[in-house]
Amino acid sequence: MPIIKTKNLTKKFKDLLAVDGIDLEVEEGECFGLLGPNGAGKTSLIRMITAVSPPSKGDIWVLGNDLQTHSRQVKAVLGVVPQVDNLDEDLTVLQNLMTFARYFNIPKDEAYRRSMEVLHLFELENKRNGHIRELSGGMKRRLLLARGLINLPKILVLDEPTIGLDPQAKYLVWHKLTELKSQGVTQLLCTQNMEEATTLCDRVAIMHHGKILSLDSPQELISRYVGNEVWEIEVNPEDRDTIIKELESRGLDFEDAVDKIYVFHIESDDSLAGLMDFTSRLRRRSATLEDVFFRLTGRSLLE
Amino acid sequence: MRPFSWRFIRVWQRNRDVFFRLWHSEAPGFIAEPIIILLAMGVGLGAYIGLVDGQKYIEFIAPGIIASYAMFSASFECTYGSFVRMEYQKTYDAIIATPLNVEDVTAGEIFWGATRSLMTGTIILVIAAAFQLVHSPWAVLIPAVSFLEGIMFAAIAILFTSIVPAIYSFNYFFTLFITPMFFFSGVFFPLSSFPQIVQTLSWIAPLTPVVHLTRALINGEFHPYLLGALALIITLTALFFSLSLITMRRRLTV
Repeated sequence: MPIIKTKNLTKKFKDLLAVDGIDLEVEEGECFGLLGPNGAGKTSLIRMITAVSPPSKGDIWVLGNDLQTHSRQVKAVLGVVPQVDNLDEDLTVLQNLMTFARYFNIPKDEAYRRSMEVLHLFELENKRNGHIRELSGGMKRRLLLARGLINLPKILVLDEPTIGLDPQAKYLVWHKLTELKSQGVTQLLCTQNMEEATTLCDRVAIMHHGKILSLDSPQELISRYVGNEVWEIEVNPEDRDTIIKELESRGLDFEDAVDKIYVFHIESDDSLAGLMDFTSRLRRRSATLEDVFFRLTGRSLLE
Repeated sequence: MRPFSWRFIRVWQRNRDVFFRLWHSEAPGFIAEPIIILLAMGVGLGAYIGLVDGQKYIEFIAPGIIASYAMFSASFECTYGSFVRMEYQKTYDAIIATPLNVEDVTAGEIFWGATRSLMTGTIILVIAAAFQLVHSPWAVLIPAVSFLEGIMFAAIAILFTSIVPAIYSFNYFFTLFITPMFFFSGVFFPLSSFPQIVQTLSWIAPLTPVVHLTRALINGEFHPYLLGALALIITLTALFFSLSLITMRRRLTV
């Protein structure tokens, strides 16, 4: 049985369909990624699944409970790490965790023990009496993560958990999330960091205009939509049309972007033989989830 | 409307903890100011005022000062205070992601606002007693009245907070609603000298029944119409409390 299941889940704002009839199943113990450009509906979807925003239509079940009637029980086993920093600025670091634990009805001794544990986990122990406004952006993000673990959640819902973190902190967070997954904590991860999705997620759903365009493991998505290797060709403007014709005649899968031509699904090195003369530069590289992202959601700005 | 649960106490505890960490920054407003008003108006202005029944002016205004500053406490707490928590600090968003829901948060804010009224009312009552302005043992019930009054004004304030677009909107609330009540609810002068229309309006203003009730308790003089005053306070409290639960849910769960 899936740990999270949605059926025809829809969120409508005044004149905007933010989430458009999504059917989703997240399996227990997996890390499920939600990818999509700004305004794709990721945050709206997450807000509905965490019971802070009512769906306009459709149903949600978490751990088999209908969210509409069991929101308290469900919220008790969720750990939510929001995109917007909502730490309690009126309280110190430790008080933030202790107060949060109290919302979950965790007894004081246990709350203290867990607070110290999560502070240790995210290397914040020496800041425990500090004020929130004295923390750097990275520390706040780590504290938000620590706070999300205070109730030993079965499901961790993360909205851009490493945004604004330096590489050191980012790897620390990735490492901790991987550890949590091995302990059986299901993760629903909303991100725009393709490397993050590839590293952490078992399955990824790519969202656009409130719908899921595609859903599979990162590797499977890459080989399905772009193949294992991508060739980037920088062309001289005068040769552009010739090259495009040539690519078309060879039946190659390519994309004509403003500054470059990308060629996908390359079967063999011979596929592009004879084209080199026209190009000013050609680069071969491994395909990434980002290529998939662009193929599915386009290259132009959406907002 | 959805009901709130016992979990509201968690929000109340959160606000209590913050208050006792920062109480010294709030103390001047709610302890020093009423004492200054009481002495300036009561002793200073009072020297020029002779009341019909021979009562000292400071005795006349003391119960109104208790009721007014209890009103101010809940009103400030649940307008500026709640708005900052809700919009700037996003504290409510964090809390409703836990087993607490919007109604628990709203009730917690209201009961905390009422607790502020209770503290303010009690402190001024003690000061008034020290100045020998309290003449009846019934005055021990005044903190209870202040608490009930606090629930009413906190609910009104939260209702307003749940619909305003920006923090500047509270200027309207205080200039057009709270301040006029301070002057036209029988705190500083009896309303009988005003035209009928003002007297009627004054009876609709929620502070008026509280002033009458507090004055009766401090002097130990009771009239049947005080039961009406109490009924009015309870009715307004129930009405605004319920409304605020609805409007807060609308504001927070988009």
